Amino acid sequence: MKIFTCIKYVPDTSEAEVKLDSEGTGVDSSRFSFDINDADNYAVEESVLIKEKHDGDVTVVSIGPKSSDVMIRMAMAKGCDRAIRIEDERIATHDPLMVAKVLAGAIKDQEFDLVFTGCMAEDYGQAATGVALAELLGVSHAAYVKKVEIEDGKVKVHRELEGGLREVVEISLPAVLTIQTGINEPRYAPIRGIRQAQKKELKVMNLDDLGIPEGEVNAEASRIVLEKLYIPVVESKAEIIEGEPEEKAEKLASILVKGGLV
Amino acid sequence: MGNVLVLAEHRQGELRDISIEMLALAPSVAEALGGEVMVLLLGSEVGPMAEKIAGHGVKVLVVDDPLFADYNSDKYQKVLSALIDDYKPKLVMMGQTAQGVDLAPALAVEKGLPFVPDIIGLEVEEGVIKATRQLYSGKVNAQVALKETDTGLVTVREAAFEAPDPSTTGAVEKIDSPLKEDLDYRKFVEYIEAEIGDVDITQSEILVGIGRGLKEDKNLPVAEALAEVIKADLCGSRAACDAGWLPDDRQVGTSGKTVQPKLYICMGISGAFQHVAGIKGAKTIVAINKDPNAPIFAEADYAIIDDLHKVVPQLTEKLKELKG
Repeated sequence: MKIFTCIKYVPDTSEAEVKLDSEGTGVDSSRFSFDINDADNYAVEESVLIKEKHDGDVTVVSIGPKSSDVMIRMAMAKGCDRAIRIEDERIATHDPLMVAKVLAGAIKDQEFDLVFTGCMAEDYGQAATGVALAELLGVSHAAYVKKVEIEDGKVKVHRELEGGLREVVEISLPAVLTIQTGINEPRYAPIRGIRQAQKKELKVMNLDDLGIPEGEVNAEASRIVLEKLYIPVVESKAEIIEGEPEEKAEKLASILVKGGLV
Repeated sequence: MGNVLVLAEHRQGELRDISIEMLALAPSVAEALGGEVMVLLLGSEVGPMAEKIAGHGVKVLVVDDPLFADYNSDKYQKVLSALIDDYKPKLVMMGQTAQGVDLAPALAVEKGLPFVPDIIGLEVEEGVIKATRQLYSGKVNAQVALKETDTGLVTVREAAFEAPDPSTTGAVEKIDSPLKEDLDYRKFVEYIEAEIGDVDITQSEILVGIGRGLKEDKNLPVAEALAEVIKADLCGSRAACDAGWLPDDRQVGTSGKTVQPKLYICMGISGAFQHVAGIKGAKTIVAINKDPNAPIFAEADYAIIDDLHKVVPQLTEKLKELKG
């Protein structure tokens, strides 16, 4: 079972204030801590589980800067076998179709049975790259996958639909599956794995190495234009409870009790 | 002609809300493009659904064929691909849903369409279609323009637009299925209904919600203690359920439950739209979060901008005292 797993290095903005850079077309990410995209972490785990069960090997593919090597080594420490990191500023990374083209360029000439991606990146939240990648590779796909069962040349997947409903679909291999969070319990990397990961192959490539013409994946090639970014005004009608933590707690408790809410 | 083709979405015999929500947007865009709205409905025995959509004053194209009894992205893609060639719509719209996410990117690649997913706004400026979408879980908005094209594609966020009321009656036109036989590489097997847990949070009067900000499961007693004092049930964001802090049936949001408590106290939840969509029915919302710009504060009636670990234990103590 030959597996490719695509992962992305993203900033953790869950509790951070986000500010724009001086040009207003990007985000000032200097104060953020970065790590593997949440859904991609589950994709790594799923690929390693399948490798262990069906005797395969896993190649990690990631587009990102040198600083993301730490994330890639961690995926290899958990059991992925090798990695390709693509670094090239010419890629129009705001367009998932351009990103998918680059990933397809790295995978298409190699033998593969399964390609995993996370179902959505936390930063841009487009949920589009994996399914676009499947089309570019000319293989089947399923998005929002919550369970994977491989049986003779096919894969039966549970797709997460709205409201807790699931859809079971059978698709042929090879296939691209976009993995939903919660599908498994991502492992911690074992110490031995962390040591071994240092010796595993991590190839750094650019568009020229991959044989992808710049004009197929750059901002000119993209059919969309990111015109501007802005910070939306959070229109809150909320009563803000001020003070030291203890005062806040006291005020809120009093509001809840006097208002008959509890 | 700048027509807008909207893909209707349905499941288990029910038209999904997103189908009508998109009609809050499509007519004005079609008008700006100098065309009309056409809604495409693919299914089996979907006559009543077609009438319901037509009741919003739009033309409905119906492919009524047993081949479409269950949703299948690959079949849908084949039909849309053929109809884009036939009808040459200026814009195709579908939902950013489990269906749309599984279909739209592949269609965009196949047909070489400019594509913007998960939009929350759409306008036409001097003939250019411009979409608004969110980045970083709603902390940044982006305006994205589609380059000059015969056909563009957008997917629309669920519950971002209010479904319009029925108006005049539009025409229903049956068309032949461009797809003649079943596909062998993707088959629908079955639906699996959500599991029912020990507590049905859709019926809870008071809910305490936890999110990523709780940090780790050893902090769970912070929320549990508060819940006990005010006789609340616990629920959580996707992050809280994925982390295993709570079972999946306690998840609130688009992929979980829609709740309607009289009081909802949430802590460490940033308020991503997926979660917010599930709490619209809550009467009073109290949000506790460190980030003053957290989108959850747009939904809250009372806001505490602080570390939940500092505030909540004291809140629990104060409530204990006041309630005797």
